[in-house]
Amino acid sequence: MVTLKLAIRNLIGAGLRTWLNVIVLSFAFLAIITTQGLLQGMNEQAARAMIEAEVAGGQFWHPGYDPYDPLTLEEAHGPIPQELLELIQNSAATPVLIIQGSVYPGGRMRTVLLKGIDPIQEIIAIPSHFLATGSQTTPAIIGNRMARNTGLQIGDLVTIQWRDRYGTFDAQDIEIVQIMQTSVPTIDNGQIWLPLGRLQELAEMSGEATMVILSGTKNLPAITSAWPFQNVDMLLKDLNDMVASKSLGSTIFYLLLMFLAMLAIFDTQVLAVFRRRKEIGTLMALGMTRWRVISIFTVEGGIHGVVAVLVGAVYGFPLLWYFTRVGWALPSNTDSYGFAIGEKLFPVFPISLILGTALLVMIVTTIVSFLPLQRILKLKPTAALRGRAQ
Amino acid sequence: MDDHILIQTKDMQKKFPMGQSELTALDNINLEIRRGEFAGIVGPSGSGKTTLLNIIGSLDIPTSGSAVVLGERIEELTHRRAAQLRNHHIGFIFQTFNLLPVYNVYENVEFPLLLLNMTAVERRSKVMDALEWVNLADRAKSRPAQLSGGQSQRVAIARAIVKRPEIVLADEPTANLDAENSHHILRTMENINQEIKSTFVFSTHDEKVIRYLHRKITLEDGRVTADKKFNGDLKNNGNP
Repeated sequence: MVTLKLAIRNLIGAGLRTWLNVIVLSFAFLAIITTQGLLQGMNEQAARAMIEAEVAGGQFWHPGYDPYDPLTLEEAHGPIPQELLELIQNSAATPVLIIQGSVYPGGRMRTVLLKGIDPIQEIIAIPSHFLATGSQTTPAIIGNRMARNTGLQIGDLVTIQWRDRYGTFDAQDIEIVQIMQTSVPTIDNGQIWLPLGRLQELAEMSGEATMVILSGTKNLPAITSAWPFQNVDMLLKDLNDMVASKSLGSTIFYLLLMFLAMLAIFDTQVLAVFRRRKEIGTLMALGMTRWRVISIFTVEGGIHGVVAVLVGAVYGFPLLWYFTRVGWALPSNTDSYGFAIGEKLFPVFPISLILGTALLVMIVTTIVSFLPLQRILKLKPTAALRGRAQ
Repeated sequence: MDDHILIQTKDMQKKFPMGQSELTALDNINLEIRRGEFAGIVGPSGSGKTTLLNIIGSLDIPTSGSAVVLGERIEELTHRRAAQLRNHHIGFIFQTFNLLPVYNVYENVEFPLLLLNMTAVERRSKVMDALEWVNLADRAKSRPAQLSGGQSQRVAIARAIVKRPEIVLADEPTANLDAENSHHILRTMENINQEIKSTFVFSTHDEKVIRYLHRKITLEDGRVTADKKFNGDLKNNGNP
């Protein structure tokens, strides 16, 4: 109690120096929470968007399908297993056929993936109902990135070319019936969505699919199938890896901030041991052990961390709360991030992040405060009373 | 050792390293100081007065010989035990007062009692008694920065005697004070000595202090050259 009381009084007595340290520390505290909150928000937002638009409740893949090897795509299709057909009939899953093809917007060839999807499916958030037209021309949906890259617009007719199951080239004009606004690049870049039945017909792959996407909203019994199941975690692995690689940058940023803040604390403590030698000597003369004197100075340092957290909470938490409401407007080239983020990023500040960061700041501050104080262990009371260093 | 002897040194020597050589600060000190004495260690600057007080106060240890304070051999004490000895039994008064600037007068005086884990009621009573002795009860809320030199030293005295220690060590207590304040301080300490029977040991070369001493131990170049006791104080016995 004496230790705490004396430490608090010393801090109050130090005045501006204390407040400068506290403010620097509180900046670091908030910066760490903000960067981590942004990253977590980015991760959750991207994961949510991917789950809604692509992953849903998981996917059964044709055994030959390997999204990382386009050369295998030619063989990655087959009749849908019976157990999956039942799910599809119960609207608990939807099949997708994927074949390679080319598109010729403005006379230039671009390699694309032609994806066939059931126009009436509601498993993934793709506006597939636009594909349910009675038009003679094959309707197609593309994403906003694809539209931007190819210059295609709604109502445009464009030629696509593909090879059917026997390897025969064929071509046909399709009509862009909808440009979907999506933040998920993996259903957008280089992809054209066609009605499943139509694509099966074009490729002579009737009743076949490359994958079956399971509903994420229905509780389904465990299903065993010849097609391996890819659960949500596996399908989001790329995203998680990408976020982890991006978090390295933010980690370096906050380590740098913490280092600067801790430098201020360390500096204060080193100076304190020199400037307050006489006080240290007096405390020893009054009967304090060296360790108790050290504990006073350590608590002083630790209190910097506690006050910084409190001060940061006072001015920072309203800001963070505002952030979570209005989001962080992202620059137009956000696509270069490589994963799904909307026009605004909404940071997430879970209580565990706030408490964890607060605890980290307090513990690190206390440790950094303690380090320079070991000089006191070597300080003779007589030298300290004379105000001399050793 | 006689129960009444609180401080005893035998063939005590203290040397400090000075570059390649050593400086002998105290040499062959043999002293006995009894309970309730009002003794002064007198001598010019550099004669070893403060070093002797530091050893008695367990802030330092002798290089050779022995120093026994309240039955404890100073040279054998651990840091923790030495701190306990100071905490429970020894009060210090410094030339530069050494008050804790962030505490007010009351809290400065209360500080040694906090280290003794006394209850708040007990502390309050003792602190107010001590402030009454030094006539500063009305300045209890003042900060050290708001006090004069004489008042600051009186606070330091109150802090030293508040726990009623068996030994009070005062290192040049009047060196920073004018004559009037010095006399006031010395009279205060003399009264306290008579009232609470603490043993007072001063280091001083101030003639004003010397006149109040009941025993005068003269140090020159680290050696005791004279040790005189008086029945009353030197004011009544004439200047030796």
